[in-house]
Amino acid sequence: MSADAGRPAPTPPAEQRVAALEALLTERGLVPEGFIEEITRRYETEIGPMNGATVVARAWTDPAYKQRLLADGTAAIAELGFGGAEGHLMVVVENTPAVHNVIVCTLCSCYPWPTLGLPPAWYKDPPYRARMVREPRALLAEMGCELPGDVEIRVWDSSAEARYLVLPQRPPGTEGMPEAELAGLVTRDSMIGVARL
Amino acid sequence: MPAAGRLGRVFRVDGIHDLGGMQGFGAVAHSPAEPVFHEPWEGRARALTEVVAGAVRPNGGEFRHAVERMDPGHYLTSGYYEHWLTAAATLAVEHGLVTRAELEARAGGRFPLSGAVHAPPVAEAGLEASEPRFAVGDRVRVRDWHPPGHTRCPRYVRGKEGAVVRLDGTHSLPDIEAHTTARRYEATYSVRFDAASLWRDGQRGAWVHVDLWDSYLEPA
Repeated sequence: MSADAGRPAPTPPAEQRVAALEALLTERGLVPEGFIEEITRRYETEIGPMNGATVVARAWTDPAYKQRLLADGTAAIAELGFGGAEGHLMVVVENTPAVHNVIVCTLCSCYPWPTLGLPPAWYKDPPYRARMVREPRALLAEMGCELPGDVEIRVWDSSAEARYLVLPQRPPGTEGMPEAELAGLVTRDSMIGVARL
Repeated sequence: MPAAGRLGRVFRVDGIHDLGGMQGFGAVAHSPAEPVFHEPWEGRARALTEVVAGAVRPNGGEFRHAVERMDPGHYLTSGYYEHWLTAAATLAVEHGLVTRAELEARAGGRFPLSGAVHAPPVAEAGLEASEPRFAVGDRVRVRDWHPPGHTRCPRYVRGKEGAVVRLDGTHSLPDIEAHTTARRYEATYSVRFDAASLWRDGQRGAWVHVDLWDSYLEPA
């Protein structure tokens, strides 16, 4: 540490600090070969919102599944093969013409990894976390999700063990569309609740 | 680092991470199509947190608290993967995997770490409280307290009244877990608050649900 308190040494970019930590942990034999690449690959290709979209499309096309999903999200999501870290206690909240749900984590970045993957940067940054609990209607409108004044808004702050997934309303004009095609319509934003389809 | 120490005494009781309701942040930098990692180092930082977690086995509370102990200025001016990098490096130093001097020598400059833990050590976790005191529909008030360590009770609901809407079983109380190997299991609830009652601003038709442990609540 610098002895010259008046002129602190510059902080190198995060990239350089990551490399320093990685090098030291690797020298201590703590980083298995290929581990970092494998973690990165999994979150980039396997664990993402396409999983949540599969769940939503099934709920839209199978009323019995939807009922199970709303009654016990964790079990119904596991039926489709998704579960694990940050998905142990899933609560699915349903949007209707009268009710709009939206999720946030004001204290950190809690998010349902198995169904939505890692959260986008804006979800973890201060403006969203500060404002969604204080002025949800105004913030949703600002983000392009304008709701009629009589639609009730339910904000869910993931402050304990439950992780939330919003079940968006099925878009009009999609009757008879096959499940796989429906899944392609479901966006990450609609499952966080900052967009309607 | 005397400057950081002074900040710590002033700010760290109610951490900078407790952002719900804070004003002045401006627009959300929202993009519907955002990559998982903006730069390769973010993915590496994400994976390194797992490496450190595998070696030091922190519980969720301890890891979160390592982020919460960041210098407030650093917290607000860095993105989430830098938070995780800082927490992982802090835990690696605190658990003796690496030293700060090694990190700084290797990085070629300062390597900011999180501040010290201010919570007193937990000697007794207290009796288990796995029997829920409240049922769906009960009115509850959130205790107005400001613990010096980790907590999952957001500041913006303290002292406020709401109604229980869901019971989520029993879970380890983070306030205890973050500071000791002892565990205390308690009922957790989802509590519904009228947004207008939180902010006294007359907004209508908005409800905010917060998930809270039994200890955070008292009958209203």
